[in-house]
Amino acid sequence: MRLTLRVWRQKNATAPGGMAEYQVQDITPDMSFLEVLDTLNERLTLDGEEPIAFDHDCREGICGACGVVVNGEAHGPERTTSCQLHMRSFEDGATVDVEPWRAAAFPVVRDLVVDRGAFDRIIQAGGYVSVPTGAAPEAHATAVPKADADLAFEHAECIGCGACVAACPNGSAMLFTSAKVNHLGVLPQGAPERETRVLDMVAQMDAEGFGGCTLTGECATACPKGIPLMSITSMNKEWLRAHREVARPRRK
Amino acid sequence: MNHAVSDTSHDHPYDYPDYTLGDPIADTTAPDGPIADRWDTRRFTAKLVNPANRRKHTVIVVGTGLAGGSAGATLAEQGYHVVQFCYQDSPRRAHSIAAQGGINAAKNYRNDGDSVHRLFYDTVKGGDFRARESNVHRLAQISVEIIDQCVAQGVPFAREYGGLLDTRSFGGVQVSRTFYARGQTGQQLLLGAYQALSRQIAAGNVAMHPRTEMLDLIVIDGRARGIVARDLVTGEISSHFADAVVLASGGYGNVFYLSTNAMNSNATAIWRAHRRGALFANPCFTQIHPTCIPRTGEHQSKLTLMSESLRNDGRIWVPKDSGDTRGPADIPEDERDYYLERIYPSFGNLVPRDIASRAAKNVCDQGRGVGPGGQGVYLDFADAIARLGRRAVEEKYGNLFEMYERITAENPYEVPMRIYPAVHYTMGGLWVDYDLQTTVPGLFAVGEANFSDHGANRLGASALMQGLADGYFVLPATLSDYLARHPRSETPDAAHPAAVRAVEEARERLRRLVGVNGDRTADSFHRELGELMWELCGMARTEHGLRKALERIPQIRAEFWRRIKVPGTEAEFNQSLERANRVIDYLELAELMCLDALHRGESCGGHFREESQTPDGEAARRDEEFSYAAAWEFTGTGRAPVLHKEDLAFTYVHPTQRSYA
Repeated sequence: MRLTLRVWRQKNATAPGGMAEYQVQDITPDMSFLEVLDTLNERLTLDGEEPIAFDHDCREGICGACGVVVNGEAHGPERTTSCQLHMRSFEDGATVDVEPWRAAAFPVVRDLVVDRGAFDRIIQAGGYVSVPTGAAPEAHATAVPKADADLAFEHAECIGCGACVAACPNGSAMLFTSAKVNHLGVLPQGAPERETRVLDMVAQMDAEGFGGCTLTGECATACPKGIPLMSITSMNKEWLRAHREVARPRRK
Repeated sequence: MNHAVSDTSHDHPYDYPDYTLGDPIADTTAPDGPIADRWDTRRFTAKLVNPANRRKHTVIVVGTGLAGGSAGATLAEQGYHVVQFCYQDSPRRAHSIAAQGGINAAKNYRNDGDSVHRLFYDTVKGGDFRARESNVHRLAQISVEIIDQCVAQGVPFAREYGGLLDTRSFGGVQVSRTFYARGQTGQQLLLGAYQALSRQIAAGNVAMHPRTEMLDLIVIDGRARGIVARDLVTGEISSHFADAVVLASGGYGNVFYLSTNAMNSNATAIWRAHRRGALFANPCFTQIHPTCIPRTGEHQSKLTLMSESLRNDGRIWVPKDSGDTRGPADIPEDERDYYLERIYPSFGNLVPRDIASRAAKNVCDQGRGVGPGGQGVYLDFADAIARLGRRAVEEKYGNLFEMYERITAENPYEVPMRIYPAVHYTMGGLWVDYDLQTTVPGLFAVGEANFSDHGANRLGASALMQGLADGYFVLPATLSDYLARHPRSETPDAAHPAAVRAVEEARERLRRLVGVNGDRTADSFHRELGELMWELCGMARTEHGLRKALERIPQIRAEFWRRIKVPGTEAEFNQSLERANRVIDYLELAELMCLDALHRGESCGGHFREESQTPDGEAARRDEEFSYAAAWEFTGTGRAPVLHKEDLAFTYVHPTQRSYA
């Protein structure tokens, strides 16, 4: 296979960027999309050009480091991460656009690399259970219904890649935030901080400059881990509930 | 790939750097007495730091995986000021996240005969009697607390309908003690540690530096006092100081280029520490995992593991006859060789990893391998699907099957998986004592970065256990002893001569890399080294092969410095420079791995010397000569290192030839 790649090039956060065109040959269908970028980068290096910067690490779809917009879709045409996108999904001779995540809260670092530090700060605002090491009761002290454990897991699968934000026309981080709120919210271990968690995380999300949610559902369609759109509506409910609970005098 | 290498420039045939024998080394921190009491004893004898004084102590932690993340969070909870580093853009991405199968703990929830002593016994035996008994016993004791801690954090472990935790079996054991969260246990445990760490970052107790890579260790007056690190976004190199330094930077499997490790996992932190005086133990003990997706071509950038848990229900087989090219469905039952079940009837498909890998290699060497190039064996779920139903199989392994299908475009519900061994884990690492302290005072190593608990072969689901045991429970207890015994002295500043020198050396190395402007990329050298190591220091090793590797590696190193090409500058975000800088260290570490493998003239665990095998082809240990950990001292690049032996005494688990038949 051969492809024409049009890739976003931007030297640093403040420099202007633009699309640059490259021809890539000798692509086989079992190559991953990132291996095509590797191949191109090897050639660019030997030709004396600067290779394309992109984030990647585990290359098995779990670390969440990689993520590029391919032909306008976050992570490309398959519902997976960019590293697990294989070239069998592309037609020979096609022209493919490759861009970084686009969102005000994810500034470009270089080329296809963006800064997702805002996600870390949302977790720091309350995406945890306050249980210092050593303070834990025996694991079987609290039984957790299997259905609750499975539901928590479904939300805990989020890899923090940012595809939801990149796919959203508003650049909203609601799916990311709600995944953590629901993961911890449905478990008995997360109950004591249930209200403060959702209020603080949502406040941080807004402070980071992510857009508002209009429930277009693009986020859940792009999510490589299948975090469901219902996650967002559940969080909205949690947020309203938390406001009411916090307002009650007996909770103070 | 550009591998046009000319050897003609080397007029002098390379003599492999022989080693010299130094003084023996001993672990002096493990208490005597009954093994079950030693950890209690050590915790009692350890000096404590007054809670009010803890905030005056700064601890540097390098890495945010299970060991580093849990250590950073716990030290901060205790009141220490933690300064933490990771090369990733977020501490949540460390490669522990990719661990699939599970975490062992001696809870005995199944009432199937498990106990702390059995987990201890299985681990010492599984490691082929090359681990320290005291450490392993402590690991088994702590295992139960880890599960409690993680459940309390909200880790969504798999549960049964009664709401209690589910478990499954892993290789090398006959009890069901592995706790799991589908095929993403590492992810869930790491997120638990990451969230605990995040809480401490928010509280101001941890200063987190993502996208920052350690380039060197700063040693002042014989003690570890800081690190040199590079901001990967700006390229700025700076020094950071502390009262103690903890390395939690993972293993060195990427020496082989192709491995199941993340692409950027690297050995630079531990190797630079080794160059500054920390002994490096058992570098040749590498784990080749039996169930990985086979390679497909030249372009391949990494290998993907299929969890060992699949061996609970999948049956491994190859055709009985060599050269059988029929598809798996066309090979009748009586013409299949379920070789693990045949050779090891009592453990069957759940033999330890080293044994399963070697058996796969043997059948492929006999020409009975399947798939392209004959480098693969079948892992077949047809029987499990018939017995349990497709839904039950999907419930247990769904995400793994999906991952397999995505990579290979084959449906494992219908066609058996094809698997082949790949480099996965390194048991070797920085030598540490019972306190997890290296030979450089004030420098500690936790998790895969140290050598301590797995001997010559790690059992499945034990890496997560060890990483979290070290970080949540062991280090926080032992580090306080070090800090209490070394009252806080003035924090050195960046103008200290040792710091200035270390920073200048790191800068010079990067300038030199950029300055060569040759005609080969860092990846081309890395691939060349990896292929050499896989062939000569991989699943089977010989004296002849290792000598060849020891001759070749210094040549590649010389070639590297003549021909490396790194585009861009050192003062910017430069991923090519990051890679090239790591390859330099692989080129030195690989040599030590081969030397260690050459000197250890026995087979044990993952280290198989063809010269030392039993009549039926199993690894033959030679306890009289080699019942020790080999701790190597650095003396200079390409110079003969010094070998310090730590004798291993076994009083609770008597060494026998391992038998899984």
